[in-house]
Order: sequence, then C-alpha cells, then structure tokens
Amino acid sequence: MRKVLLPSLIIIATSLLVMRIFYLQIVDDTLKLKSENNAIKKKYEYPERGYIYDRKGKLLVANQASYDIMVIPRDIKNIDTLEFCELLNITKEDFIKKIEKAAVYSPRLPSVFLPQLNKSEFAAFQEKIRKYEGFYFQKRSLRDYEVEFGANIFGFITQVNEKLVAKNPYYNSGDLIGRQGVEESYEDLLRGVKGVKYIQKDKYNREIGSYKEGKYDTIAVQGEDINLTIDAEIQKYGEELMINKRGGIVAIEPSTGEILALVTAPSYDPSILVGRKRSKNYTELYRDSIAKPLYDRGLLAEYPPGSPFKILTGLVALQEGVIDGNSTVFCNRGFSYARGRFMGCHCNGGALQLHRGIFESCNSYFATAYMKTINKYSKPAQAVDVWSKHVKSFGLGQFMGYDLPTGKKGKVPDSKTYKRIYPNGGWRSTTIVSNSIGQGEVLMTPIQLANMMATVANEGYYYTPHIIKKIEGHKIDEKFTTKHVTTIDKKHFKPIISGLFDVYNLGTAKSLRVEGIEICGKTGTAENFAKIGGVRVKMEDHSIFVAFAPKDNPKIAIAVMVENGGYGATIAGPIASLMIEKYLRQKITRVDLEKRILATSLQSRYAKLGGLSEAVKLQLKINDSLLKKKTTIPTIKTKTDTTKSNKQAI
Amino acid sequence: MKNQSITNNIDWISIIIYALLVILGWLNIYSSSLSSMEETHEKQLLFIILTIPLIFIVLSVDGKFYEKYASIIFGISLVTLAGLFLFGKTIAGQRCWYAIGSFTIQPSEFAKAATALALAKYLSDTQINLKEVNRQVQALAIILLPVLLILPQPDPGSALIYSIFIIVLYREGLPSWYVWTGFITILLFVLTLLLEPQYVILIALITIILVHFKSRLADRNIVLSSILFVIISGFVLSVGYVFDNVFKQHHRDRFNILLGKTVDLQNDGYNTNQAGIAIGSGGWFGKGFLEGTQTKGGFVPEQHTDYIFTTVGEEWGFVGSLVIIALFSGLLLRIIYLAERQKTKFSRVYGYCVAGILFTHFFVNIAMVIGIFPTIGVPLPFFSYGGSGLWGFTILLFIFIKMDANKVNEW
Repeated sequence: MRKVLLPSLIIIATSLLVMRIFYLQIVDDTLKLKSENNAIKKKYEYPERGYIYDRKGKLLVANQASYDIMVIPRDIKNIDTLEFCELLNITKEDFIKKIEKAAVYSPRLPSVFLPQLNKSEFAAFQEKIRKYEGFYFQKRSLRDYEVEFGANIFGFITQVNEKLVAKNPYYNSGDLIGRQGVEESYEDLLRGVKGVKYIQKDKYNREIGSYKEGKYDTIAVQGEDINLTIDAEIQKYGEELMINKRGGIVAIEPSTGEILALVTAPSYDPSILVGRKRSKNYTELYRDSIAKPLYDRGLLAEYPPGSPFKILTGLVALQEGVIDGNSTVFCNRGFSYARGRFMGCHCNGGALQLHRGIFESCNSYFATAYMKTINKYSKPAQAVDVWSKHVKSFGLGQFMGYDLPTGKKGKVPDSKTYKRIYPNGGWRSTTIVSNSIGQGEVLMTPIQLANMMATVANEGYYYTPHIIKKIEGHKIDEKFTTKHVTTIDKKHFKPIISGLFDVYNLGTAKSLRVEGIEICGKTGTAENFAKIGGVRVKMEDHSIFVAFAPKDNPKIAIAVMVENGGYGATIAGPIASLMIEKYLRQKITRVDLEKRILATSLQSRYAKLGGLSEAVKLQLKINDSLLKKKTTIPTIKTKTDTTKSNKQAI
Repeated sequence: MKNQSITNNIDWISIIIYALLVILGWLNIYSSSLSSMEETHEKQLLFIILTIPLIFIVLSVDGKFYEKYASIIFGISLVTLAGLFLFGKTIAGQRCWYAIGSFTIQPSEFAKAATALALAKYLSDTQINLKEVNRQVQALAIILLPVLLILPQPDPGSALIYSIFIIVLYREGLPSWYVWTGFITILLFVLTLLLEPQYVILIALITIILVHFKSRLADRNIVLSSILFVIISGFVLSVGYVFDNVFKQHHRDRFNILLGKTVDLQNDGYNTNQAGIAIGSGGWFGKGFLEGTQTKGGFVPEQHTDYIFTTVGEEWGFVGSLVIIALFSGLLLRIIYLAERQKTKFSRVYGYCVAGILFTHFFVNIAMVIGIFPTIGVPLPFFSYGGSGLWGFTILLFIFIKMDANKVNEW
C-alpha cells in the first residue's frame, strides 16, 4: 500500500493534466479565435470600385480620392501646432481635443485625426506632412458622381451592417458596401475583391512583420466597370420634368427589355451621400416618411392601373373569342351591371366597337367584354383563373426578375383571391367587374405598366426588364435575353395597337400629338385616399399615362405616374410625350408644353398630406440648383378639377 | 577503463529521457526567445554544455561519497541558504541569488538534492522507526529547516516542493493519518473556496455521522467524532477568514482565477489567460516549430522560464504536449521502479525523494500553466530556462543514477 501511493499520484496527476490540455486544445475552440485576434492582424487593401457608364458610354459614376489624417499620439514630436492647424483649417482647441480623444483610445495605435478630406483640402497639408511626426495619411476611395441625377438607380455606398458581417464572411465590420440600386445588385462585380495581408503583432499590438512570409496574403482585384441600359439624356430630362411632383417614370426599349429611364420623384443629388456629410443627409432623407425620397416609386409604388388595363381586358377577350373587332356595345354614358349598380363612363356614348372603345376609353365596352370573358365558362372560378393566367403572362402579379434590388409583385387576383374574400362563395362576373377597367383587385407598379406596353409594342412577347448593358469580360445574365411569350396570339394585338394610336389622333390624348412621331398611348387615372387627421379623405387622382413609339418598329415603351396629378392627360400624358420626343429626336419642339410641365408644382397638394418636411425643403433646394439655367418657376396651380362624380376611370 | 566504469551499469532509459527533455526544452526556449531581445537560448545552450562535465563529475565520485558526506552537504546547503540574507542579490523582490560576475546562482535549486541526501541518510539508520513521535519530529525538522530559510526570501514555490517529502516519509513508515490529514486539509480548503462555509460544514457533519455509524460498535467513539467535527468546522471557518483577511488581494485573485470567479485580465489573470490562449490555439498538432503566433508576439510573460510549456502547447499541439507529459511520467515511474529495487535503504529513500521532487515540479508547473493550480513560481525540470535549475536537477538525478549503477558493488 505504501509503495503504490506515489506512482498512483503520478498517474492520477498526469491524467488530470492530459484531460485539461485536451479540453484546452481540442474541445474549447474559443481560445483559437482569441489567439488570432490577439496575435494576427489582417490588413486589407481595398480595390477601387468599378465605374458606372450609361448606354452610350457616358461616365456617370467614378471615384475620388479622399484622405484621412491619422495620428499616433505617442509619436507626436515638437510640431508647429499653429502652422499645422492653419493648414488643416482647424482651431487649436479642436487640435487639442482630437489629440486627447485619440490618446484616450490608445497612445500607441493609430486613430483617425481628421476624416475624409478632399483633394483640395488635403493638397496644402500633403507637402508638409513629413514634418509632422506622429501624423500620416490614409488614402481612401469614395464615389464621385459625374451627374446630379439617377440617385435611385445608383443607390449609395455605406458601411456594412453587423448582421451581414455575421452572415457573409467577405465583409468585415467597417467595410463599405453598395446599398440599393445597381451598387447593391452589382456589388460583387463593382467592389472587386479586397486583398489581405497577415501581420504578426506583439503584445503591445505593434506590427512585427508579415505572418509566415506572406504565405496567405492575397492581392486586391480591381472592381469591374459596368454600362447601364440607362440613357443619361432622358433620365436627366425625366427627373427635371418630375420636379415638384411625386411619382415615377419607367421607359423600356421593347426589343430588348433594356430600361432606358427609371425616374422617381422626389429624388436627390447622389453626391449628398458621399463623404463627411453623408450620415447627416441620409438621416434626413430616411426620416422623410411623407415624400419618401429613398422610395423608388418606379419599382415599388403599387397602384390600381386604371384605364391602361383595358388593353389587357381587350386582349384577353379577343383571345378567348368572346369579342371581335365588330362586336358592338351600346354605351349609355355608363354601365349598369347589377341591381342598382352603375359604372360611370366618360366616352361620347352610343354604339361603339373595340377601336373607339379604346381611344375613348369606354368603361361600358370593356366591362361588357370582361363579363363575356368570365361568363364564357360555367364557373366563375375557372374563368377567373383563365383570365388571371393570361394577365400574368405579361409579367404581372409577380416579381419581374429585373436586376435591381427592390420591387413589388403587384397583384393579379385569381379564384383563390376571391375564395378568401368571399369564403361563402356567391361571387360572379358582376362582383368582380371592376377588374375590367383596372380597378378592383388589380395592382401594378410603373415598371410593370411599362413592361406591359413593351409587350404590346412587341405584339406578344417581352424580355425581362434589366438595367445592365455590358460588363467587361462577363456575359449578361441569360434571363435577360430569354424571350417571354404571352398567351395572347399575335394577331389580336393589331386592333388594340390601332386603337391606342388613335388615342393620340382622336381620343383622350389628342392634344399631345408630336408632329412626325406615331405614338400609341393610353391615359389612366387612379383614385386614391389619404388619412388626414384620422379622416379618410379622397385625394386628387393619380395621373397615369402609358405609351410606346414609334407605332411601327417601336423604340421606347413608357409608363408615367404622377401622384395626385389629376386627369391622365394633364400631367402624365405630356411628360410621356416629351420623354418620347426627347429620346427619339433628342430635341423638343413643343417648348410651351415643356415649360408648362417644368413649371407645374403639386407641392401645395402634397402639403395637405403632412406639410413640408426638412427633407422636402432640401429636395426643393436641390431642384432649384438643377434648374438654375431654366426659367424661374412660379408655383402654378394646375387646373385641379375635372369634376369627377361617379367616374372610376378615364 | 575509468570512463568505462563511469558508464557501467547506468540506467540508459533515464538518461535518454533526460537528454530528450533537455534538448526539447532548449528548442522551445529557442522559439520563445525570438520574441525578446535577450539571447536566452544562447545562454541556455552554454548551461546545457556545462552539464556534461557536471555529469562526469557526479558519476565519477565514489558511490559511497554521498552517503558518507550527506550531512556535510546538507550543512553547506543550509549555510548557503542562510547566507542569502547577508549576501544575496534581490531580483524582482526575491532575494534568492548569489551574483558572481554576470552570472547568478540560486542555492535553493541545489538545496533540494541536499535535503534529499540528508533525509535518506537519516532514515537509512536501521534504528529509526517513524512510528515514534520523536523520530517523526526529527524527520520533519530536516525538511522544515530549508523551508524556513527559503520561505522568507520569499520563494513559496520552492518551499512548496518540500511538502512531497511527506509522501517519502509515508513510504518509509510514517503513520497514514499524516497523509489523510494533508489530503483532507487540501480538500476542505478547496471546498470552502468553492462553496459557502456552512455547506462544507454540513457535508463534513454528514460524513462524520455516516462514518460513525458504519464503523464497528467497539470503534464508535462519540467524543472523538465530536472533536473531529469541531476541528473541521473551526478549520473551514478559519479558511474563510484567512482567505478574506490574511491573504493579500493578489493571492485571492490567484485562487479566484482557478475557480473561475473574478477574472481581471490585466493583472494576475493576464498570465493565466494568455497561457490558456497560447496552449488552446495549438489544436491537435500545433502551429509548428517557430510558428507560434502567441510565442512570437511575446504575449505570455515569463514564457522561457515558468511558462515554457505554453510554447510546447502552441507549437506542438496536443500531440506534442502528450509526448512531453509521457516523457516526464515515464521518467518518474522509471525512477520509482529503480528506487524500489535498490539494495540499501539510503539509495531507495533518495530515489524516492528524486521522483517526488521532480513530480512536484512537473505537476505544479504544468497545472499552473494550464490554469488548474494557483500561479506560483516553479520551473519545469530540465525544460525551463535557468542554469541553477538545470544543474540542480541534473545533480539530483545523476546522483541517483550513480547510486543505482553502484548497487551491484554494495554487497
């Protein structure tokens, strides 16, 4: 017994040590991480972000150098403070405060002394920086916007949030990342790949050389330049036309699906989100929940499409064979579709066929066509599903799959929708007849409207709208070159197009004709309500216009939506025709019309919704600078009312 | 011929393990020295080279010499320890070195071997029976003399090593209650720090009652049990008091770190924390020789001396650590095996002392480095940087190897 005590102790103690070491080295992996944090520092080398060009190769977004002045408090040695402060244009108190702050963080480690100086601010200081021991600079690259429009298209650059840092191993806290617009959707290409250098540190956090002779180091890869499908000219023009209005414009090249313009109003000058003023400005834009300058109305605003939807009602009815070009409907300035229910109409009335039905936008005609479509089938549920399938083949009621990070599905009802609304059944064609004229349950975004027009222009197919034109050394995603064919036969488009053409010649937009350009279009008006002081108030209608041109071999399809703009032909129509003219001719012949639209301000109407916020004022200021060359604009109140009593759509 | 007689019958297994430990130790010192400006690895290499003549001298001396002159060696050792109070050099608050030129020498590293010799000599007398109380007192006196000289230096680490002699005395017949008392004391101390004193007292009470009623009727002694309970309760309560009022804050911290209570990473916790990080980052196979990031960055304080095992852990991983631990425990078990087969009581006791001393160093050092023992300055034998330590351990071990080689001549 006495002989075994020491050997037993040795064996027990040894096992104890081995177990503990096993725990430390194999089981507990937090220690490994701590070791890396504590001894290895990763130094990143950030590549320059790729440039952004428009479809014609015009430079839109480049980069600018920016300089952070860095300080290591302990290394500061007898410097001429007075001269130093003068060069950087700061006061001596500032200087002392900043040094103290840096020293509190760490006397040994570098802190940012003065962030993001631009080239001219930095130039004078640069020559003398060697004199100031303890100071050095760090070059960074910031976005440099060559244009003052397109903020919604570009998006902006911001610091990556911690959630993403945790999810995506590429990003480190403090890295920059593209948010919204193409900066977000093409982030991977634009940012390039950052390089890493592994540095061995000592216990004082000083760098004592590269780790493993740079075995794991990588070199930064430059970001790719990209060309957008945007046409800078009409993008700029569209934004100017939308000044003092709220809404969106989307223009698409029908033959390719390329987005020519994507305007949202109000917008802002993209350069206000760069550099030291970034966070203050962003907060202002973000807080403006009324005008929502960060909300891309072209992609996100879902509205009942109103009259433009009659195009689809007509096409589906033709495809289903329930009408033809000669089917006649008698319009009694309205349409009674059920006991005591009456849908008003603003056409000239009388007996009309499809052609006049379109250009006069007759509610009765399309309500009838729609009811016929639904009643063709014995069960309304089945009929609605057939109708829904046709409509969805135009890319509606779903995400379109374009290459911008935001979007809304819109809404196309089907039998399930109505089962939900009317769980006990009992719904019939008359219940849902509002769909025929783009009210009811149908919702569309401006880009969906534009795409619908592009599809009509193509007589039955479309390409997924996209904003990327070219990336050096890469192919454009295949989904943007894949034709989507609708369920409507090509032959049914002809009569519709001819009706749309006469909208300009004889119908609701005849005042908007452009000499020498054959435009097909359709006005629209969407009712809307707002809660003001807790009361639901009917607001001025949203003005909607869709068009494509030229009639043969169309080059541009466009949708314009102006919030509370009133009658479709008042504001949205002129804007669409001016955009078309600008795009096809590069110049404007109707100077008076242009002047009137530029001068139109709807701010007084928007003021009812909640007064001008700081951001709106900021927006107005930006707009003023944009319009410097143009005439000064008196706030003209547009003719507000075309007294609409019972009308639902025009 | 003389050379041959030196190597005759010596235990090569022990010597090979010894040599491996010294060489591996030096490699790790070399690695850890890269982070500091000091050329510790060069000095250590010199120390290692100097052990070769030292070993020759130790092995050349006649086997009977150590037994004969054990008392004198012990006497000289005590004098050198006492002399420190007059002529010692103070480094980092500890007065445990003599300075000779630029070299310093630490007599306490040699005192362990001397004490072992003295104890062996005392116990080898056939008249000695450790069942007798006055013999026990005498034996304990031999142990306590150097301890009393070392403690005030202050060098609690070195003093702690002497506690292992109790185990040696137990092997030679010391009543077992000494060991039990020691064991229970340590257990109660740790329990009291972990739990509230009242719970420990409750546990003790239940245990005593159980033991009382489980034992044979004739052995039951209510008075003895009660006295035992009172002593234990008193001890537990005093531990709390001593811990809170007598210990200094940094002593308390050292225990608290172990118990995972307060962790102040800037002060006493720093060493333990950094040592844990270095070892923990090693994984299965380590980062490779000279590739330890913690070692290179010099994060672990005193890495080349008391914390040398962190370099092993970081650069050689779990496998490397296992090898070192295996070498140590192999050597220890080998020595005990050799000790048990000694013909004389003197060399058996001495062998036991050698195993005990090395074991205590080995266990306390690594346990401290990996955070299961309070921070205390104890070097890892053969491994840690330092000439006195290396020579002290070498002499300690090789005297025994000489005795073992000599045993055939002892008929």
